[in-house]
Amino acid sequence: MSTDGPAATAVPHNDPMELEHHTADETHPATDAPATAQPQRPAHQGHSVRLEGLRAFYGEAEQVRGISLEFPANQVTAIIGPSGCGKSTMIRCVNRMHEEIPGAHAKGKVLLDDVDLYDPAVDVVAVRRAIGMVFQKPNPFPTMSIFDNVAAGLRLTSRRRENLSHKVESALRSASLWDEVKDRLSSPGAGLSGGQQQRLCIARSLAVDPEVLLMDEPCSALDPIATLKIEELIDQLKQRVTIVIVTHNMQQAARVADRTAFMLSGALVEVGPTQEIFTTPGDLRTEEYVTGKFG
Amino acid sequence: MEAASVAGGDRSVLERSPLARLPDRLLKYSLAALTALILALIVYFFIRLVGEAEPVFAKSGILDFAFNNDWNVGANHFGALPLVLGTLITSVLALIIGVPVAVATAVYLTELCPSRVKTPVTVLIELLAAVPSVVYGLWGIFFLAPKLQPLEQWLADRLSFIPFVGGGLVTIPNIFIAGLILAIMILPIVSAISREVIATVPPDHKEAALGLGATRWEMIRLAVLPYCRAGITGASMLGLGRAVGETIAVTIVIGDAPQLPHQLFGQGYSLAAVIANEFGEAQGLHRSALFAAGLALFVLTLLVNGVARLLVLRASRSRSASPANPASAGTAIVPAPVR
Repeated sequence: MSTDGPAATAVPHNDPMELEHHTADETHPATDAPATAQPQRPAHQGHSVRLEGLRAFYGEAEQVRGISLEFPANQVTAIIGPSGCGKSTMIRCVNRMHEEIPGAHAKGKVLLDDVDLYDPAVDVVAVRRAIGMVFQKPNPFPTMSIFDNVAAGLRLTSRRRENLSHKVESALRSASLWDEVKDRLSSPGAGLSGGQQQRLCIARSLAVDPEVLLMDEPCSALDPIATLKIEELIDQLKQRVTIVIVTHNMQQAARVADRTAFMLSGALVEVGPTQEIFTTPGDLRTEEYVTGKFG
Repeated sequence: MEAASVAGGDRSVLERSPLARLPDRLLKYSLAALTALILALIVYFFIRLVGEAEPVFAKSGILDFAFNNDWNVGANHFGALPLVLGTLITSVLALIIGVPVAVATAVYLTELCPSRVKTPVTVLIELLAAVPSVVYGLWGIFFLAPKLQPLEQWLADRLSFIPFVGGGLVTIPNIFIAGLILAIMILPIVSAISREVIATVPPDHKEAALGLGATRWEMIRLAVLPYCRAGITGASMLGLGRAVGETIAVTIVIGDAPQLPHQLFGQGYSLAAVIANEFGEAQGLHRSALFAAGLALFVLTLLVNGVARLLVLRASRSRSASPANPASAGTAIVPAPVR
């Protein structure tokens, strides 16, 4: 834990509440999570994702340079690394959102259990239904009500409308938002606070029952209290889904992740149990980054 | 010197002689005068239009002019209902046919088409606006209308159970052809504005839909179209304004029959067409009636354009909800001495 001290002052996106968060770390050490999660049988047997030699390009420029990495089922894996190291690009390859950018493409394999998502026989739409994504900025559909936002994905996947309100309720409950919005489901989703909007987006992703949830800096636009709520939520959600979270905030990685991967210049430097990465990293560069010498 | 008092020093930088500022003032006042002239012209134009139309209103009243369906030059009686209806029906027809096509091309060009094709296709669509309307009219009456007549007759026979659309004999110049030609003519403007509006959809929303496992079409339906609804409506209204005022192409293909339009594939007339056709021999009350028709047209386009502007404005305001930068003259001047 002593290595966290200097890091707290050096990480980018440092917010005023960082110190409180840090003391919270000491009372509930991040080591709790892997210790309890592994022996306990998860409520829902999840699915793992494995990257094999993943490379991602923007035109000619190679942004992700051959990453092999596993995201174990029902665990939270955090991806840390300095700005521009390719961590967002990397997770956008996992649900094939990367290729939506004009001129961008990816090479290598992304295996969900044992199916290669880049196999020509695999439908990109099906990939994104199985692997949900929460973005950096909360992005509820501005013209839709809270209910319709959550139902949007459901209405895409099934033509049957039965149980729709039941499913919406359960998704909102899973996202710890139900109690706050149950009396105003028909008011616009854009009228919620930033943190609520982000949980609405999480509920929208959960509603279609994905196997994996990718989170691309989900708290970077939120205040510390809202951040804390999302982090608590992540801890509950791993019972259901495998979570990959990209974060700029090393304290956040330490708080929520079972495993942490450190990336630099498009390559994977090191991956391991979160506690190990933050206390006894194997690579000097990891140590320098987590102790705040650069980044 | 307001500037000097704000900055409090260095007069040579902040002070300029009145002479040096003269060009700016001159520019401001001369442009203001020009603008005022245009406004005065519009007001004078409107007053003259009302003045010239007055005799026909005085004879049988505004209501009779607007709602009587007998436009009879010989009997010196002028009821403009067939013309108003002809104008409205052809314009609405143009919207019904033109807007879906225009929006579809806009969606294709902004969301789906490969970037190599984008510019040439955009230019080609814009080129539709460059074709003179008289050429559209000629092409419509000598090529399009005869070619389509069998199809129209087939439709009229099959759909005879629908009033207005079915039954009757199809004439070569008719209301439907006029609507079709107008649809082609409003396509470039509606498509161009829709394209601009669609391009403003934040990538966030599109990614939200795609990330949920939406197909391209579902993404367009979920994230793009709802966001653009007001803007596309505004674009359509601008198209409608253009269709209402279009004269020569309509004059050529509508058939110029001053009768109540009773059949989609039959002849009709429009306000603009009647003016273009009859101004040559118009005298006295007839002349006044044409001015009244012009007034009706003017008010109609004004109304449509006003509504269009309102919708486009509301659309753009709801998008950029952030307030304008409240930088005053003072704060703008302060950094200057620092540099």
